[in-house]
Amino acid sequence: MSEVLVLVDHVDGAVTKPTTELLTIAARLGEPSAVLIGSTDAVEVATQTLTKFGAAKIYTVDDAETKDFLVSPKAEILAQLVARTSPAAVLIVSGGEGKEVAGRLAVKTDSGLITDAVDVQAEEGAPVTTQSVFAGNYTVQARVTTGTPIITVKPNSATPEASEGAGVTEAFTPTVSDQAKTARVTASEPRKASGRPDLTEAAIVVSGGRGTGGDFAPVEGFADSLGAAVGASRAAVDSGWYPHSFQVGQTGKTVSPQLYVANGISGAIQHRAGMQTSKTIVAVNKDEEAPIFELVDFGVVGDLHAVLPAATEKVTERKG
Amino acid sequence: MNIVVCVKYVPDATGDRHFESDYTVDRVGVDGLLSELDEYAVEQALRIKEKLDDESTVTVLSVGPEQATDAVRKSLQMGADAGVHVCDDAIAGSDALGTSFVLAKAIEKIGAESGWDLVVCGMASTDGSMGVVPAMVSERLGVPGVTLGSEITVENDTVRIRRDGDTATETVEGTVPLVLSVTDQSGEARYPSFKGIMAAKKKPMQTWSLSDIGVETNQVGLSAAWTSVQDTAARPPRTAGEIVTDEEGSGARALVDFLASKKFI
Ligand SMILES: Cc1cc2nc3c(=O)[nH]c(=O)nc-3n(C[C@H](O)[C@H](O)[C@H](O)COP(=O)(O)OP(=O)(O)OC[C@H]3O[C@@H](n4cnc5c(N)ncnc54)[C@H](O)[C@@H]3O)c2cc1C
Ligand SMILES: Nc1ncnc2c1ncn2[C@@H]1O[C@H](COP(=O)(O)O)[C@@H](O)[C@H]1O
Repeated sequence: MSEVLVLVDHVDGAVTKPTTELLTIAARLGEPSAVLIGSTDAVEVATQTLTKFGAAKIYTVDDAETKDFLVSPKAEILAQLVARTSPAAVLIVSGGEGKEVAGRLAVKTDSGLITDAVDVQAEEGAPVTTQSVFAGNYTVQARVTTGTPIITVKPNSATPEASEGAGVTEAFTPTVSDQAKTARVTASEPRKASGRPDLTEAAIVVSGGRGTGGDFAPVEGFADSLGAAVGASRAAVDSGWYPHSFQVGQTGKTVSPQLYVANGISGAIQHRAGMQTSKTIVAVNKDEEAPIFELVDFGVVGDLHAVLPAATEKVTERKG
Repeated sequence: MNIVVCVKYVPDATGDRHFESDYTVDRVGVDGLLSELDEYAVEQALRIKEKLDDESTVTVLSVGPEQATDAVRKSLQMGADAGVHVCDDAIAGSDALGTSFVLAKAIEKIGAESGWDLVVCGMASTDGSMGVVPAMVSERLGVPGVTLGSEITVENDTVRIRRDGDTATETVEGTVPLVLSVTDQSGEARYPSFKGIMAAKKKPMQTWSLSDIGVETNQVGLSAAWTSVQDTAARPPRTAGEIVTDEEGSGARALVDFLASKKFI
């Protein structure tokens, strides 16, 4: 069986959930091989998780020399592994960085690239991917026809399945060119953890828009009662009410949770692009004509400043 | 500094975007415009030029159907100095690998004629929204890629950006020549002024075919694409849900009952 390379996304060895989803998808297509670029310490931590989710092989690459450079070294490392293993596919988590690595890898290996897949299935010839396009109004089935299929997959596209893999580690020493070391990260300030689930991975997302009037407390309170992540519309972000990293939509994050609750958000096409594929959609908006109500499974016409605190109290009571 | 800005002509997001029978995006039969996200790229290029206040030039480059001239013209109206439109029937249906190949070839030709130091792109096109073309162009040109800048400063030969990553805010820098991409957080784009609109009429605008930039027609387009679409389907419209009007707490009650019925609580 051919190998399927999975680029591991991790923070100091803590493997992200989307990576475990990729391993599950990789097992459908061939033999999952994780590519783990990080420090020796990180490698030790990550190996366990990767094995637990089915990695047959783990290529470890020490990043001491390359970590200060942007994505280029990662693309070179993957290109060398592609040349060596002729994999059935390369899977990368969709996100700013993942897509760039994928784009460079596609050029380097003269291979087709599919980004933002929400499903990948094995088929004769090459895997078939499903994407959601035009603000979620269309789904597209596609496949790579040239070279090695390179596919970036959105978080929440598969349920990670724990299935012990062989987890054989192999240290890989790449040759990284000077050319790849030209865009340099000169400073990095970690973002304060919010203590809430990660926006793109959360099962429930509660968002606020211009209708909050700048007060996100009711939104955060309701989110916390449900154990949800908090999101925001661009109007709220542009007003400086909430950080950009929480923006949902075309130029923010795309989320596809089990439940999305939009509060004081009108439902512009660019916002929909980021949440339309959520399983269940709920909205609270004081304007019964708001376009967001066209999407919802359940809607409350009302003032979020009254509805959310009351609902928070009721949820807490029930859970109590 | 000679700056090239890559701008895309895209179907209007608020209009009816759809696919042709060969599964390519209909770019001709629908209203189109300069991708809003590329306006930010034009804006940053203009700001860099204004800041440098020297002989710097801004050339806009678009690859697309005949109507894509509109995107080039709007950029000229905003203040760019010259425009290049690569237009060839054979380009239709190209994927990101094809588009980046054509862009890189066109940038090389601009470079051969007048030199280039900086290529500025938007963060993603509003239709395809892959967000990979800037990285691909940088890879093809063999120059650094400094991408997704939310704040851009240029000092001598160094381009420095603030990049709001998922886990950290980073400062990233590189030395020209390089490819830069900018986000919609980088600064509001200007509207063309009346003066700008009049001035644009006299600005040089060239239209190039594939042979002008040394690309064979069989290297790009739908048949040469590295990927193929098997099927497209309109997402079934969401069935209308239940809407209640809040009256003295009834809304919160109904909302929580609904969430409980769906086992979210
Ligand atoms: C290129 C481009 C990219 C974009 N990308 C994004 C993106 O990624 N994400 C995004 O969100 N937007 C994006 N936008 C902006 C988008 O077009 C909308 O402007 C934005 O989503 C509006 O945010 P909003 O719904 O919070 O505000 P509004 O449209 O102003 O809606 C506010 C809503 O709150 C309701 N309201 C007011 N007070 C209350 C109250 N007390 N209780 C309950 N409801 C109340 C109002 O009835 C209204 O429906 C983009 C636009 C462009 C051009
Ligand atoms: N056909 C095109 N013509 C000119 N520039 C383009 C074209 N396609 C993409 N770009 C540039 O690449 C960026 C990202 O595009 P994409 O990868 O398609 O999301 C855009 O914001 C543009 O700056």
